[in-house]
Amino acid sequence: METGSPHDTGTADAQGTPTPVTADVPAADAGTEPDGGTEPVWRALPPGLLTMRRLLLVVWLGLLTLATALVPGLLAGPAWGAFAVLPLALLLWGWVMLERNWRSWRYAERADDLLISRGVLWHEETVVPYGRMQLVEVTSGPVERHFGLASVQLHTAAAATDATIPGLDPDEAERLRDRLTELGEARSAGL
Amino acid sequence: MTAPGVQEDVTGRPPVVERRLHPVTPLRRAWAPVAVLMGWAVHDPDGAQRQLTRLTTTTLLLGLAVLIPAAALYGFLSWWFTHFAVTDSELRVRTGLLFRRTAHIRLERIQAIDVTQPLLARVAGVAKLKLDVIGADKKDELAFLGAGEARALRAELLARAAGFAPETAHEVGEAPSQQMLRVPPGVLAVSLLLTAATWVWLLVAAVALPLLWTATHSLWTVLAAGIPMLGAAGASSVGRFVAEYDWTLGESPDGLRIDHGLLDRAHETVPPGRVQTVRLVEPLLWRRRGWVRVELDVAGSSNSLLLPVAPRAMAESVVARVLPGVTVPPSEAFSRPPRGARWCVPVWWRGHGLAVTDAVFASRHGLLRRSLSLVPHAKVQSVRLAQGPWQRAHGVADVHVDTGANGTVTARLRPAEEAAALLHAQAERSRTGRRDALPDRWMA
Repeated sequence: METGSPHDTGTADAQGTPTPVTADVPAADAGTEPDGGTEPVWRALPPGLLTMRRLLLVVWLGLLTLATALVPGLLAGPAWGAFAVLPLALLLWGWVMLERNWRSWRYAERADDLLISRGVLWHEETVVPYGRMQLVEVTSGPVERHFGLASVQLHTAAAATDATIPGLDPDEAERLRDRLTELGEARSAGL
Repeated sequence: MTAPGVQEDVTGRPPVVERRLHPVTPLRRAWAPVAVLMGWAVHDPDGAQRQLTRLTTTTLLLGLAVLIPAAALYGFLSWWFTHFAVTDSELRVRTGLLFRRTAHIRLERIQAIDVTQPLLARVAGVAKLKLDVIGADKKDELAFLGAGEARALRAELLARAAGFAPETAHEVGEAPSQQMLRVPPGVLAVSLLLTAATWVWLLVAAVALPLLWTATHSLWTVLAAGIPMLGAAGASSVGRFVAEYDWTLGESPDGLRIDHGLLDRAHETVPPGRVQTVRLVEPLLWRRRGWVRVELDVAGSSNSLLLPVAPRAMAESVVARVLPGVTVPPSEAFSRPPRGARWCVPVWWRGHGLAVTDAVFASRHGLLRRSLSLVPHAKVQSVRLAQGPWQRAHGVADVHVDTGANGTVTARLRPAEEAAALLHAQAERSRTGRRDALPDRWMA
C-alpha cells in the first residue's frame, strides 16, 4: 500500500490548490445534508496529459500516414498513395477528440468522498467514499515520466470500481495520495 | 517444526501447535495419473492401441515399479510438509517441499467457512475445510481433515473469529443451530422440472440430432453432438437435484448455516454481516406457484445460492433474517423508467425498476425471468453513473452500485436528474449506513 510520508501536503496547498474541507472526524459531520452541503470544487487535469497524448497520436498516425503514402505509391503508382488521406483524417479527428476527452476529465475531493467525472459521449461519474478505499496507487510509465505526469488509482474491495485519475503533476499526485490515505485511515470501514 | 510467533512470546501464551492433515490426504490425487491415461486413450484410441501392443510385460512391470513408488513418495512428502496452525489472530497454512508457501489467514477477515465432504471422502470419514477470505487461494483449503476434527476446527475458528477469549475459544464448542427452513425433495424436483434450461436442451437435441443423422448417417457425429447436449440437460436437472438435495438453512449465533447435497455434502457457515448482495430470482414457470430462488454474494466465496426454491413469503422472511433490518420492498414501491426509455431498451424497459429504502438499494429487471437484487447501503463500495449518447438523447442514465463481492447492481434507465441525485445520495447512504453495522468480530 502506498503510505508515503505526508511531507508535501504543505507545498501543494501553498501552490494555491483549494482544499475544500479539512479532514475532520466522521462523527462531526453526522448531520450534514446528502450533498455534503456545498457544491463540489472540481479540478481539471494539467495540460501535460493532452500534450503527451497528442504527441503519441502524431507519432503513430504520422508513421502510418507515411507508410500508406509511400508503400502503395512506390509499388503501384502515385495515385494509390492517396490512401494516406485516411490516416491523416483520423489524425486530425483524433487531435480534436483528444482535447474534448481531456477537457471532460475532472475530479473533486469532498468531505467524505472523491468524485471523478469523465467522458463526453460516454459520460461516467464515480463516487468513492474515503472509508472504502483499500489502497491508493501512484503509477508513472516511462513516457508519462518524461512528460512529468503520474496517475493516481484508487482500489476498493470491489474490482468494478475504476477510479483512476491520469495525467496529474507528480506533486499533486503525491499530495492526493497522502490525503486520500490519511482520510481513508480515519474513516476506514472495510467490507 | 514449531515456530511460535512474536505475539505469543511477548504475552507468554503457549506456543503455537502445528498440525498435519489427515493421513488419507496423499491418496486424493491418486486418480490423476489414471485420468490422464484414460483421457489420452479416449482422445487417440488408435495410438493407444499401438502403444499397448508394443508394451511387453517386462517394460510394464519396470514402469510400474518406478512410477508407483515415485507417486507414493511425492504424495507422502507433500502431506508431510503441509502443516497448519491456529493462532490468536490467524490460521497459518504452510505447504511446499521445494517452493515453500505460508498463508496467513486473518480470522476477523473470514467471510465464510465451508466444510465439504465429497462422496469418497464421506466413505473415508474425512472432510475439506475452506476459509473464504478475499484473495484466498484454492491451495489454502485444508484437505483433508477427519470429519470430527473438521467440525471442531470450524467451531474453534468461528469462536476465535467471533472474538471469544483465546483461552476459552477451544472449549466454546459449536454454537447451537436452529433450523429455519428445509426444502422438501418433492418441491425441489418439481421446481427443477419447471426450469426452462433442461427442456431447451432436450428440445435442441430432439431437433438437431435427427437432422444430423439424416445429413451425415454417421453414428459418431450424432454421439459427439448429442452427448454434450444431453449432458447439459442432465447437469441442469439431475446434477442440480443431487447438489441441492436436502437443502437446509439454519441460524446460529455464528451466522447462517447452509447444508446440502445428496452424494457430496457441503456445510457452509456465513458469519453475521458478511452477506453483500441478495437476489430473488423468479423464473417464468415458477410464477404460478409463487416460488423464488434466493441467491447471495459473499466476498471470496464461490457459493452463491441461499435457497434453491421457496415460496415468496418465506423467502422474504429469510432475507429479513440474513440482512437484519431489511424488508423486501413490495412491487408497488418500485419506480419504473420514464417512457423515453423504451427507445433505449425496446420491450424490456418495463421490467426495470428501482426502490431505495433506509436500509437497501433494490433494483429489479427482467420481464419473463424476474430478478430483484438487494444491496444494503453499508455494503456499497463505490457508486458510478454512466450515460451513453443514445441514453442522453432520451434523458436516461444508469447507476451502478459496486459491492465487495465483486458484484455490481445496476439501476438501469433512470431519469437523468434522478440518477445524478441518486449518485450522491447513495454515496452518502453508503457512508452513513456503515455506522450501525455489526463489528467484524460479532461476539466482541
